[in-house]
Amino acid sequence: MANTYTKIASVAVGAGGAVSMEFTSIPATYTDLKICFSAREATGGDYIRFSLDINATGTGLGTPKILWGNGTTANSGTETSPTVGYGVNRFSSTASVFSNTEIYIPNYTVSQYKSIAITGAEENNATAAFSSASAVLWSNNAAITSVKIYSPVNVAQYSTATLYGISKT
Amino acid sequence: MADKKIIVNCETGEVSEVELTAEEVAQRAADATEAAKAKAEADAEAAAKATAKTALLAKLGISAEEAALLLG
Repeated sequence: MANTYTKIASVAVGAGGAVSMEFTSIPATYTDLKICFSAREATGGDYIRFSLDINATGTGLGTPKILWGNGTTANSGTETSPTVGYGVNRFSSTASVFSNTEIYIPNYTVSQYKSIAITGAEENNATAAFSSASAVLWSNNAAITSVKIYSPVNVAQYSTATLYGISKT
Repeated sequence: MADKKIIVNCETGEVSEVELTAEEVAQRAADATEAAKAKAEADAEAAAKATAKTALLAKLGISAEEAALLLG
């Protein structure tokens, strides 16, 4: 059976936290990319939000469309870049618990704009816990070779991210 | 302690922790300001929606559960 789902690399944040988790020199040998990450804010802010920087361009992610709910309120709208989704546990959420978020990028090497689908869930033992689904477009024809995940405040120790390559054959 | 970014080179597997440049620190501050603004706007919108919902339920004289039954 063909091995169509391959772990490319992973990262775990050490003591002191980190500003971002970044994958560079991503090989062009797969069809799609998938990133699974689990994180929480290291300091106050309760933003939940996170951002992406693709190929270190700092641009091109436009106006992500986000559908979100928090247990009592549901909403949808257009986020202001650089936010692309809700998927980092708030500093005030249940201690020692981390979010569960997936980023899917199909056809990441094809010379066309790249669509990105994101689903994220804050894990929180409380009335309010955010989850979201995002539709994002990276308006750039270049093959994706690096992806950086970051939030407005540092992510805490034990936050993790894993990059997978998915082949169609 | 200086803020650091973690970089994984997928070709070599090398993991490095790199301190932010002055330019990156400035960009990060701008991003945080933008995120705080977006969060405040979203929080205000959600609060306004919740207030309007509560007022409407009071006007109709029904509970949220009863409203859910009506719309279900």
